[in-house]
Amino acid sequence: METDFLLQAIIYLAAAVICVPIAKKLGLSSILGYLLAGIVIGPYVLGFIGQEGQDIMHFAEFGVVMMLFLIGLELEPRKFWKMRKFILGIGSAQLAGTTLILFLGFLFFMDWNWKTGLAISLALTLSSTAIVLQTLKEKGLLNTSLGRSSFAVLLFQDIAVIPILAFLPLLSTVNIDVTNDGPQSLIAGFPSWLQTVIVLGIISTIYFAGRYVLVPILHIIAKTRLQELFTASALLLVVGVSYSMQLVGLSPALGAFMAGVVLANSEFRHELEGDIAPFKGLLLGLFFLGVGASINFQLILNDPIFIFVFGAILTLVKFTVLFFISRFNKKKTDQNFLFAFGLSQAGEFGFVIMSFCMQLNIIPTILANQVMAVIAMSMVATPFLLLINEKLIYPFTRNRERATGPKKENDYIDEPTPVIIAGFGHFGSTVGRLLKANKVKLTILDYDSERIDLLRKMGFKVYYGDATRLELLKAAGCENAKLFIAAIDNPTVNLQVIETLKKHFPNLKILTRARNRNDAYELIDHQVKHIYRETLYSAVNMGVDALVALGHRKYSATRQGQQFIKYDEITTKKLAEKRHDKMAYMITMKEEVDLQEQLLKTDIYSQVAATNHSWDSEHLKNNLADNNE
Amino acid sequence: MPKNKILILFSHPLFEKSHANKALVENIPNSENITFHDLYEEYPDFDIDVKREQALLSEHDIIIWHHPMYWYSCPPLMKQWIDMVLEYNWAYGKKGKALQDKIIFQVITTGGDKENYCETGSHRYSILELLEPFNQTAKVCNMLYLPPFVVHGTHNMTQEDYSKNGIVYGYFLDYLENNIIDSEGILQYHYLNEWFATIQV
Repeated sequence: METDFLLQAIIYLAAAVICVPIAKKLGLSSILGYLLAGIVIGPYVLGFIGQEGQDIMHFAEFGVVMMLFLIGLELEPRKFWKMRKFILGIGSAQLAGTTLILFLGFLFFMDWNWKTGLAISLALTLSSTAIVLQTLKEKGLLNTSLGRSSFAVLLFQDIAVIPILAFLPLLSTVNIDVTNDGPQSLIAGFPSWLQTVIVLGIISTIYFAGRYVLVPILHIIAKTRLQELFTASALLLVVGVSYSMQLVGLSPALGAFMAGVVLANSEFRHELEGDIAPFKGLLLGLFFLGVGASINFQLILNDPIFIFVFGAILTLVKFTVLFFISRFNKKKTDQNFLFAFGLSQAGEFGFVIMSFCMQLNIIPTILANQVMAVIAMSMVATPFLLLINEKLIYPFTRNRERATGPKKENDYIDEPTPVIIAGFGHFGSTVGRLLKANKVKLTILDYDSERIDLLRKMGFKVYYGDATRLELLKAAGCENAKLFIAAIDNPTVNLQVIETLKKHFPNLKILTRARNRNDAYELIDHQVKHIYRETLYSAVNMGVDALVALGHRKYSATRQGQQFIKYDEITTKKLAEKRHDKMAYMITMKEEVDLQEQLLKTDIYSQVAATNHSWDSEHLKNNLADNNE
Repeated sequence: MPKNKILILFSHPLFEKSHANKALVENIPNSENITFHDLYEEYPDFDIDVKREQALLSEHDIIIWHHPMYWYSCPPLMKQWIDMVLEYNWAYGKKGKALQDKIIFQVITTGGDKENYCETGSHRYSILELLEPFNQTAKVCNMLYLPPFVVHGTHNMTQEDYSKNGIVYGYFLDYLENNIIDSEGILQYHYLNEWFATIQV
């Protein structure tokens, strides 16, 4: 059993590791890579995995749930509330429009009875959240108005699944007891008014629990400073919410989404994002693999014309409806195409509805399987359609759109701030206060949950998290920020953060704190340009005051201080290189003393250079005397 | 003909709020022969790098002090610049010939109107008279001091007026870059603007 599991894992992982980079290299999306990998290892090509593709998909659908949790995290409740009419409008238009056209088409051209036609139309209307959102994310379009429209449609569909599943038994002539293969709804037996009350109760429970229970618990966990414990609790949170939603017969994706929205305001937002994102990515990959593996080629080969024509018509109908909705919303032409192509496939919910319909005997088994093959085909087609759009259609539409002027941006989704500060201790907070006083917007990352609490009360936008983690840096908006201020107390950690930044965001400007000269050397080795030694500036200021106390004029002493800082910054750079020439091993105490001695020697020369000739009449007089000789 | 290399030494302690100077600076032609050197941006702590400034001066033929008129004089950093950079035996004195025969003049903005800068006006002196110290400084450094390019009345200007002045400034710099300067002719005028108005570009 155990080796079996490992072998399976090897097959899936190896297929992904081989196919996805190839797809990427060919300029295709990673989804296509996963799908192809699934087909290759599936029962009809290599046959590494058999019919369990379907089961894998059920498990991997959880990736979609996580994805919605992450999307919820990006949306603050206030913004979500602002979107409500938009979601309702655009979502219901898509759902009603597509279902109606498909249904009428089936009624006139197929010899199915109307119940079969209606069930299939409903199943095919729903698009694939996983494919669309993953594609948008890869193309960096999630936060654009196009991304928001797509998201609105998908969210509406996710919610619509629940009434659809409730409605299907009404079409059935058979009376069966088991109505769902998921966990049985606990409240199914109650009268409908009570069900409504319970559902509303659960939703408000999620809201209040998120606010007043989850955040304090996360605080306690954060204090343990155990990374894996935090990850575990993040997972527990998502799984728990999903399960409780299922218990009351609601969609787990919806529940996760709501939990995300509730936590979007909390300081743990970025850390949660960072924790969940890798799981989501893996599960979604697995999901796409499952889709690929579950395509029943035998069925397609038996009646290829039916499947392909059906698939093409389905895609066309969905495309047309979406295109007109987008046009009606006064989007630009290239956006209309992208939006319509992106959502033109049938989705994972289609599988769920089809298998449910089979149980209910609404649809004959062969037809249901054919429809499932159509769904899988349409999902495979999406990346290709988008590729065609990008290469052939986009170049035309884009040129036409240039003239129409700058695009209007909605403000639904949180804008990234221009400045990110990592470490908000005495050093970072001083920088932050100065910036904030000048109305600069900041994102702050810190690892001390008590301090975060206090700062948030003072109106700072602070997030809990370990800034050395790439996911957190991404979530904090390093891709779009203008400036990153590394002000973490621990120099080793600070250096780690900078290494990660340099590697993944080479264009981001970094200002960094250095504790002392030795830290500065390390940072210079890493090609950091803007280094601020905390011991330099205050020490020089003190030195200036000492000179003043000894009777020097304040302005002259201040100028000496200015010159000293400049000169010291130059020597530090020089010595950093020298120190490298000398040795590749750790710096010893003796050498440390040598360096100090070199510094002192050069300091004496620097004094001469620092003198101000211009205002010095003695100097002038001497010069004049020289000339007269 | 070889092009003139122009160095604009710009001093404004609150540039971001000056509409007039924004319009002027925006119109500086993008040329390899014109160097825009923003002193308040370079030396916010008044710690001027004398050697660097001297090198810049040596590389250029025409030097422009571009600044607003504050209390009949220049902003403090520009005075600091004059004090620090124009060193004995470099800019002046027996061996100080580094700036010899270079052309220098001022580009000035004033809030008040031109009419007030005369014997009977509220400022009692003309702009030329008020700028005598700069003229004399240039003379000591063996430079050729030309009358200033002046934008008067910036307090009562519309956005359109600002841009108009900016555009003229741009053409003016372009002309300086590409033509031999007739200093004899120019010295007949009080302002460079007046002289430039007579030039057919």
